[in-house]
Amino acid sequence: MLKKTALLTAIGAAALVPLSQAQADDYVIDIEGQHAFVQFKINHLGYSYILGTFRDFSGEFSYDPDDLEASSVSLDVDVTSLDTNHAERDRHILSDDFLDADQYPEASFVTTGFEPGDDGEGVLTGELTLKGETREIEMPVTLMGEGEDPWGSYRAGFEGSTMLTLEDYGIDMSDFPESMHELELYVTFEGIRQ
Amino acid sequence: MWRNTTQGWGLVAILLHWLSAAVIIGLFALGWWMTGLSYFDDWYNLGPWWHRSLGVLLLLATLLRVAWRFTQPTPHAQGHRLERMAAHAGHILLYVLLLVVLISGYMISTANGRGISVFGWFEAPAIVHGLPNQASVAGNVHWYSALALMILAAGHVLAAFKHHFIDRRDTLVRMLRPRAGQPKLPAK
Repeated sequence: MLKKTALLTAIGAAALVPLSQAQADDYVIDIEGQHAFVQFKINHLGYSYILGTFRDFSGEFSYDPDDLEASSVSLDVDVTSLDTNHAERDRHILSDDFLDADQYPEASFVTTGFEPGDDGEGVLTGELTLKGETREIEMPVTLMGEGEDPWGSYRAGFEGSTMLTLEDYGIDMSDFPESMHELELYVTFEGIRQ
Repeated sequence: MWRNTTQGWGLVAILLHWLSAAVIIGLFALGWWMTGLSYFDDWYNLGPWWHRSLGVLLLLATLLRVAWRFTQPTPHAQGHRLERMAAHAGHILLYVLLLVVLISGYMISTANGRGISVFGWFEAPAIVHGLPNQASVAGNVHWYSALALMILAAGHVLAAFKHHFIDRRDTLVRMLRPRAGQPKLPAK
């Protein structure tokens, strides 16, 4: 009798625990509705900026308001989907002068930690891999909002940005003015809770 | 004079041939040179502007040339059977490679839907765009097909010289003087 109860409890717990955990905090970035953007902004000769976007990427994140330290994100970017609204420039940036996308077609980000702050702010720490080089970066992020969407799902959305030094990723900008040696990476996305 | 006969090339074919030859070699040299320029060179933007504009014009001229070739009589090929077959295959490959080079070049610049301005006179619209990684893929095709075209063109020149000087045929004359091979009509 005791055995049977214990067994049933175990089965019940095994069935319930992953389910409730999954419902609590696992999100997939909304690629289908494309409420997600991975963009960069880099100075041009000190006169203006070049803005670019990566059109193809995917990712997921864990976010539990009751356990913020456990937050995590992973993002995989198809580098060849770069778009700066000028095909010849895209090709040049993807060439071995800069990103060498033939050799390194993927970039990725995986969190290693999260430091929660106040009012939905926090700092993500993670490993960014670009052009085959993996560097630890910090990215301040903001929870922009969460709640039910009009179509029956639950969403949470964030934004974050950070400066990257291109030389860290083996991108030689020495021919260009100092102002072009770094860029701002900006990411914003909504996730749909699973 | 203007049209081909089975005896020789007409002036239209001859002019298109030599004009294409000059522009093709010029574009290859320009393309090679301009892709090595520094970002701060005066010609960094001007070189590609000439290259794109001339390339679109050559593409249009080549389409006309191919249409002309199909609708006109072709002068009899010379040499024995194997030679004629090899020459025919070589010429077809030259046309195909040339079109691949021209179309792939056009597909680089129009990859995200923007047309190509031809000397500011008119714009060649983007027809095929938004293919995955189109600019880079088209760029690779453009470079390797251009290289192959140059090698084949060199072979074309050597073959013409061989037929003219070693086999002592009128190969070069046929491509210089309209219908040079045409026999004199007997006086009546």
